[in-house]
Amino acid sequence: MSHLIDRRLQGKNKSAVNRERFLRRYKSQIKDAVGRAIKGRSITDIESGEKVSIPVKDVGEPSFGHAHGGVWETISPGNQEYQKGDQIARPKGGGGAGRGKAGNSDQVTEDDFIFELSREEFMNYFFEDLELPNLVKTQLTATTEFKNQRAGYNISGTPSNIHVLRSLRGALGRRIAVGGSSRKRLAEAQEELQALLDKPVPDPEDAILVAELRKLIHHLHTRLAAIPYIDPFDLRYSNRIKVPKPMTQAVMFCIMDVSGSMDETRKDTAKRFFILLYLFLKRVYDKIEVVFIRHHTAASEVDEEEFFHSRESGGTVVSSALHLLDKVIDERYAAGSWNSYVAQASDGDNWDNDSVLCRQLLTNTIMPKVQYYTYVEITDGPPQNLWEQYSQVPDHHPHFAMQKIVTPADIYPVFRELFKKQAKS
Amino acid sequence: MNDMTHPATPTPGPRDREPVSRHPNALPEQSEWTFELIEQIHTEIRRVAENFGLDTYPNQLEIITAEQMMDAYTSVGMPVSYNHWSFGKHFLSTEKGYKRGQMGLAYEIVINSDPCIAYLMEENSLTMQALVIAHAAYGHNSFFKGNYLFRTWTDAEAIVDYMVFAKNYIAECEQRYGIDEVELLLDSCHAIQNYGVDRYKRPAKLSLAQERARQKEREAYVQSQINELWRTLPRREEEEVNKSAKRFPPEPEENLLYFIEKYAPLLEPWQREMVRIVRKISQYFYPQRQTQVMNEGWATFWHYTILNQLYDEGVIGDGFMMEFLKSHTNVVYQPPVHSPYYNGINPYALGFAMMTDIRRICEHPTAEDRAWFPDIAGSDWRKTLDFAMRNFKDESFIAQYLSPKLIREFHFFAVLDDDHNEKLAISAIHDDLGYRYVRQQLAEQYNLGNREPNIQVWSVNTRDDRALTLRHTQFQRRPLNQQAGEVLKHVARLWGFDVHLETTGPNGEVISAMEVKREKRSRF
Repeated sequence: MSHLIDRRLQGKNKSAVNRERFLRRYKSQIKDAVGRAIKGRSITDIESGEKVSIPVKDVGEPSFGHAHGGVWETISPGNQEYQKGDQIARPKGGGGAGRGKAGNSDQVTEDDFIFELSREEFMNYFFEDLELPNLVKTQLTATTEFKNQRAGYNISGTPSNIHVLRSLRGALGRRIAVGGSSRKRLAEAQEELQALLDKPVPDPEDAILVAELRKLIHHLHTRLAAIPYIDPFDLRYSNRIKVPKPMTQAVMFCIMDVSGSMDETRKDTAKRFFILLYLFLKRVYDKIEVVFIRHHTAASEVDEEEFFHSRESGGTVVSSALHLLDKVIDERYAAGSWNSYVAQASDGDNWDNDSVLCRQLLTNTIMPKVQYYTYVEITDGPPQNLWEQYSQVPDHHPHFAMQKIVTPADIYPVFRELFKKQAKS
Repeated sequence: MNDMTHPATPTPGPRDREPVSRHPNALPEQSEWTFELIEQIHTEIRRVAENFGLDTYPNQLEIITAEQMMDAYTSVGMPVSYNHWSFGKHFLSTEKGYKRGQMGLAYEIVINSDPCIAYLMEENSLTMQALVIAHAAYGHNSFFKGNYLFRTWTDAEAIVDYMVFAKNYIAECEQRYGIDEVELLLDSCHAIQNYGVDRYKRPAKLSLAQERARQKEREAYVQSQINELWRTLPRREEEEVNKSAKRFPPEPEENLLYFIEKYAPLLEPWQREMVRIVRKISQYFYPQRQTQVMNEGWATFWHYTILNQLYDEGVIGDGFMMEFLKSHTNVVYQPPVHSPYYNGINPYALGFAMMTDIRRICEHPTAEDRAWFPDIAGSDWRKTLDFAMRNFKDESFIAQYLSPKLIREFHFFAVLDDDHNEKLAISAIHDDLGYRYVRQQLAEQYNLGNREPNIQVWSVNTRDDRALTLRHTQFQRRPLNQQAGEVLKHVARLWGFDVHLETTGPNGEVISAMEVKREKRSRF
């Protein structure tokens, strides 16, 4: 008695729980690794898995064993030149030349235990600091949405998708096509037979001819009857394909103050802020371009590397960045074909009389051109004049959000409006 | 250059075969398998195996995907197992290796159960499926059923049910007492799971229904016993006097987990039950650890013999045979010690060579064989092999059957590494003077008792601080590894009080000691 069982369709993620237990146990190490990865990654490259490594000694499962030392006598295969009684120098590294499997030494290998976090897992660790609401988390981790769409007919499919009309039409066509010649000959034969029978004076030879014709007619009838009414060949199935939901293009501007007062931690917080906006845009738009503008007293457009890693010093004139922003929008991202989003991060310092100019620029020129403008002030000090001026902007333009943040957990409120809209649509 | 020769086999290879007419059940030459073809080849393999007299449990072949194979890997090959992070760790490293193409997955996993479950991986070609069926479903299966260690120590009928019981029980504990509590306990049990086996006592048969019923009883009874042992109420004086001379335990105990399950003072009943589960599973795998060479050798010998027989009968064709021989040759390759690929003695290579060699000694004995193996030279090879399979483990099998011819072919040599000497010494090689010595040493190398440090429960201080003392009897002056301290912490966690580990020298004198103090006498 024996059985052959196909288990392939049964659950394959039996180890998912064990895997999750592992991640749970090493959560703090993994979080560190994710934090390092976020620092090292480009904003646009945030959505992929990550290789995480943990020192082997941390994940070890200890057990009693022998260490090297004392007497080991081992048998090994493949002797080439040794004779009994030969003395050989101890090889470096402590191991005996012929230490077989039995010689489990505990030389600690310093290799790390390396494994891959999936994209979802990586994102979850990333979100954990940001304290995003669950709805938003699911939105951001979701993959591209598809919709089902009709796409003609197919010759294979599930019975529930059989398209009756098409199938029967096909069957009819096939019956006509396959039976065509037989039907034609049948008609001819019947005509001939009728002609013979209608003859006033029957020929004696006609009797044989009549019999033959009758036989032929019978044969043709049988053949026509044998043509199946419907054949598996005729079946047509409604075909549905998945089409990604149409999306449009957007441009995201990252504006950051790089004056001396922005230190590494602040830049890191700012980076998380930019990443979050990027992730949001990624859900909504098919194509996203990112423009990095940094400023101190003068603004310039730079690449990502320079944006985050080069340091400047000196004073701060925020309006220089806004001027540049306006110029870039006008030149390259004219409203109509691009949706513009702006994320600005700063520590709040600005030249006194410049802040008023900033508010005017924003209210009158920039805000009408952009979809959403977010501003974070990374500081724990009291609000300064830029903050005061900026707080007047939302009165005129509701699509402006600002927030003072100290830790990454404070970032989310800036985007609250954005995600609310997204959830509704 | 690799100068090792593969053992000659009496079964005719493809070259010297007479052309045979196609067999009525001949398999088509294709690499894709179908269910019909697997059934067909299985029927043929079964017929041949039965003709050779292989006695097996009924077979259950299961087709699985690579992902499922990885799952099976991580739960030590069992179809069900409880959850633990260490299984997740194994899964992650397997997955990583597989996805990057650094390693292939095993072609098969076979479970010592009744019926015997063998996994066939979807990705395998038809040839590989046939190889796996012959290897696992007839080779390993008959070994599980026949070998005395498996007959004594494992209960093929009950293991799957027991695993279900264990999984449910531990899941229930997790719900009641929290995942962390359970995880800590399992970590500690796993650390000494190799010391959770009875080596000389036969364990009681497992049965799911009885297990459930008895578990409750045991809980109540064991707890009452413990309470008696550790009772703090003053006893009457004369009783005290009698007890004072007694050692506890009266004899050293080799099964640490058993001792902890029965006598650890502070464990809750559910914790005792979990210690027992780890112990039972460890016991189940104990024979496998002792019969690696024999088990793989036996299975490899039979897939080779069965498929050659099918080839001779014309059931399988040349293309099939070439693919089979390629895999087979890879499996039984033994790299020499100086090769960069050397990773110890390949149990498949040694086992297959020995099984084949026994057949050769039976069928075509030389004068040397007659001198070394007077009992088996010229006997019926099937009976001799069957006897060898049933009554030995690796250690005794090698001591009994390793022939001078194989020692020569493998170029075995013995290296003595004594840390008192400055240099390594070659103590024996594959020559007349060395055969017996090499054979004896190789057998010793497979003696589990020598491979693992000998650590036993020595005493418990029942009158004072309840400290547990373990004794490590040194073997060949070999020290313990660095992890011993960690393991000892786990033992202390289970025991709940201080734990000492003493190492004794050849004359029983204590030469070194370590201890773990339990700081808080808290329950887990």
